[in-house]
Amino acid sequence: MENNIWEAFGLSKEEYQKIKEILGREPNTVELGMFGVMWSEHCSYKNSKPVLKLFPTKGDRVIQGPGENAGIVDIGDGLAVAMKIESHNHPSAIEPYQGAATGVGGIVRDIFAMGARPIALLDSLRFGDLEDEKVKYLFSGVVAGIAGYGNCIGIPTVGGEVYFNSSYNGNPLVNAMCIGLIEHGKIRKGRAEGVGNPVMVVGASTGRDGIGGASFASEELSEKSEEKRPAVQVGDPFMEKLLLEACMEIFETDYVVGIQDLGAAGLTSALSETASRADSGIEIDVSLVPRREEGMTPYEVMLSESQERMLLIVKKGKEEEVKKIFRKWGLSASVIGFVTDDGMLRVKDNGKIVAEIPAKALAENAPVYYREYRKPQYMDELSFLDLNEIPVPEDMNKVLLKLFSSPNLCSRKWIYRQYDYMVRTDTIVVPGGDASVLRVKGTKKGIAVTTDCNSRYCYLNPFVGGQIAVAEAARNIVATGAKPLAITDGLNFGNPEKPEIFWQFREAVLGISDACEKLGIPVVSGNVSFYNETEGKAIYPTPIIGMVGLIEDIDRVVTHYFKDEGDIVVLIGENKEELGASEYLSVIYGLEKGKVPGIDLNNEKVIQEFLLKCVEGNLIKSCHDVSDGGLAIALAECSFAKNLGIEIDINSDIRQDAILFGESQSRFIITIEPEKLNLLEKLIKTNKIPYSILGKVKGTDIIIRINGVTKINLAVNQIKKIWEGTLECFVG
Amino acid sequence: MLIAKIRVMSKKGIADPQGLAVKSGLNTMGFEDVMDVRIGKYIEVMIKETDKEKVREQVNDMCKKLLANPVIEDYFFEIVEG
Amino acid sequence: MNFGVVIFPGSNCDVDCFYVLRDVLKVNVDYIWHEDRDISKYDCIFLPGGFSYGDYLRTGAIARFSPVMDEICEFAEKGKLVIGICNGFQILTEAGLLPGALRRNKTLKFICDNVEIIVENNQTPFTRLYEKGKKISLPIAHGEGNYYVDENTLEELKKNNQIVFKYVEDVNGSTDRVAGVCNKKGNVLGMMPHPERASEKILGNSDGLILFKSILDYLLSR
Repeated sequence: MENNIWEAFGLSKEEYQKIKEILGREPNTVELGMFGVMWSEHCSYKNSKPVLKLFPTKGDRVIQGPGENAGIVDIGDGLAVAMKIESHNHPSAIEPYQGAATGVGGIVRDIFAMGARPIALLDSLRFGDLEDEKVKYLFSGVVAGIAGYGNCIGIPTVGGEVYFNSSYNGNPLVNAMCIGLIEHGKIRKGRAEGVGNPVMVVGASTGRDGIGGASFASEELSEKSEEKRPAVQVGDPFMEKLLLEACMEIFETDYVVGIQDLGAAGLTSALSETASRADSGIEIDVSLVPRREEGMTPYEVMLSESQERMLLIVKKGKEEEVKKIFRKWGLSASVIGFVTDDGMLRVKDNGKIVAEIPAKALAENAPVYYREYRKPQYMDELSFLDLNEIPVPEDMNKVLLKLFSSPNLCSRKWIYRQYDYMVRTDTIVVPGGDASVLRVKGTKKGIAVTTDCNSRYCYLNPFVGGQIAVAEAARNIVATGAKPLAITDGLNFGNPEKPEIFWQFREAVLGISDACEKLGIPVVSGNVSFYNETEGKAIYPTPIIGMVGLIEDIDRVVTHYFKDEGDIVVLIGENKEELGASEYLSVIYGLEKGKVPGIDLNNEKVIQEFLLKCVEGNLIKSCHDVSDGGLAIALAECSFAKNLGIEIDINSDIRQDAILFGESQSRFIITIEPEKLNLLEKLIKTNKIPYSILGKVKGTDIIIRINGVTKINLAVNQIKKIWEGTLECFVG
Repeated sequence: MLIAKIRVMSKKGIADPQGLAVKSGLNTMGFEDVMDVRIGKYIEVMIKETDKEKVREQVNDMCKKLLANPVIEDYFFEIVEG
Repeated sequence: MNFGVVIFPGSNCDVDCFYVLRDVLKVNVDYIWHEDRDISKYDCIFLPGGFSYGDYLRTGAIARFSPVMDEICEFAEKGKLVIGICNGFQILTEAGLLPGALRRNKTLKFICDNVEIIVENNQTPFTRLYEKGKKISLPIAHGEGNYYVDENTLEELKKNNQIVFKYVEDVNGSTDRVAGVCNKKGNVLGMMPHPERASEKILGNSDGLILFKSILDYLLSR
């Protein structure tokens, strides 16, 4: 063996020694390749496992927690929702369309690998400074890729979020979330059970796509990364649609005992993980795997990341029946091996053994690292905000319009108009509001879904940022009248080998866990993406929270926009003087500093439960949570759909820019019919909820007075024009 | 083996929004002399037959029926040795 | 009364059409696999939206050669009803059952939105319950909805009253803002908007339901 051969496979010297111990001999090239991908951060979570253990993962409704292809939560009536979020960041930085498209493909397969019919997609995206040409290219490409794949496969992309910040300049983030619907008794697992059962590869044939992709995701990007273009796979959404329908048909039978999708690390990970979960072994012959290219070596077959392939563990004797179903859909289905009981993953090539590794060594026994962590120096420097340096603007109209013309606060219609968000006719609350809501045909239920994360908060205070990410996702769910059920987390950070970055990661997870405990929302699945750095500069910590909620009666669903003139506008929660970390501070003053808004999770919980009571009692006509940009932004957002203005009076001593644009937490704007105000106030007082009556829905102008003085007076139409036109100005 | 090298282009006179967008892009990049861009498809079909005339007839049929839409597209092809 | 909804490899909106027919209108409806040959029992067949064959080469270009399409041509000849929605419309033009062709949207982007449509012809079996000239709202979701016909064919369409729906505003570059056309006999309709997505109040829009009810009304009246 050459010196330092392990480096080529992304392994350290110590890891190489460990491999030798496990095998009791030197590994050959194929085996090194297999260890290299399975022991990469992307596949093994070796740097993150000890910290991820902190997440609360149990709950009454949890049917499947982390560890399988997706998490599953019970929604009653014998039904459950499968949910998962996954990142595809590094490929999207190189080839945005295909990187994003294959990201969608991968997450969809994770969902139907559980036996669930995928019913919705969401995309959580981050890009750099939108003035930059390269960023425009990446942004347009990613959106087109998500549209191209999601639309073709017929799954509605119903929601998501996008933020622009220069910390993402070299490292865009593309996190795709998928949810699926399944009956309790039909849940499938990725387990290779039943000695002698045949193992089949179905779907696309295997080519040289993405070889080494898992190791690629575990490195930082440099100029050389452009040369890694062959590591990017090309998606075929038509093939995936056929695969999806064929699998759905297979699930109606009892032919299949286990199923797993082939994603990162391809056959190597699917075979080792299914064997490991079932405490069994698998033997395959690579010569039986259908190829797209000639002359592929066993190494290439085992590491290929060709898309649109699934692994099936089939009941012995049912191979022909399985093939028949796949043939109907024009897909190949080939037996490549069988389940054994010796715990080994044995790979042959035309009968000759080319690799032999204990399955658990690959899938479960990667070394675990307890990384050093250290609070970064910038934290103390940036937490201080001298308000004397921030004069209160005179012309608040100008400020409001400037905020709505900034990439982070403007309308996202340019994006979601490219997504078919209506296919399957289940989308009841479409993109543009708080959470999106889908109905469940055959029941009265609705499923609310959202992704959220304010990475500026997480940069300035990862613990609080993590708490707020969960609180805000829950707020968005509750605003539609749904009860939050569970979380899938997409954790995106820089290089974990740097103590400051690992500190950010650990703090964020601690914050998320704290909020999960206090709000009673478990984490059922998730993904970690490290090494999001270019030339030593890391992204803002971005722990994305994907959340699912349940409405028992879909007719009670609430939307965010004002409904009728004369309705009373009420603020639930309190305005505080908190300008730190706000979008206002960033857009108007170019500052990203200060104390992140405070969050009292007990208070948050009480307010959210109160709102759900209001929804149950049919009290409220609209509900919108207050977040980025603050109160004035949130009020204007409610006016656009029906061009309904407001007349608002606020009496307060705090700074006026903090009242209008500060991002204090735990606030909602609701509207109610005047006749119901008494009832609402009774309920508020009983539950001791902080609130203030802001004013009325009236006319077609946004009028906001503070202490009797008009500070905002703009026509809804005027604001809307700017809000709608902004993204188009940047990317056309 | 023979190879049919086929070009499928939008009929002249039919608007080509993709071509227009690419022309704009080229002009913006500094290629100001670019007057027009039309975008079509290039298709290669590998055929086991060795009789050129036979293949010509087959390919013509393929184009008329599937590879081009005669309402909006024209096609051109040549047959070469594989 | 029997309805059929064809499934091509890659069709997506088959389930949506099926749902409106079976669960909203409660009529007899079957799925028809694209390789089926016996469609004699049906009175009306839907070619649904989606991405048959991934829209590869040209949208609808490959689906139009599916075995069931031979039968559908005969079916249409006999005067029975055929309606192609979105990808279905694209397949019907490729198959020559309707004039024209659908090309890429002039904006080059996929558009998913509710748009205003005018009912130009309410004499067809599909539109007899609509008011002529009335503006309705229907969702569109397509990347290739740009309808093209040459000038002569356009004149013919106008003369024969074959233009059934038009967009109020130019959304995708379609010639004369055409959103849907029928054949000369009026028994084959192709339209880009999705009436099956606007057939229930809960979805916020039921202008599409009138199309389905028109078909029922027509079939019952014979």
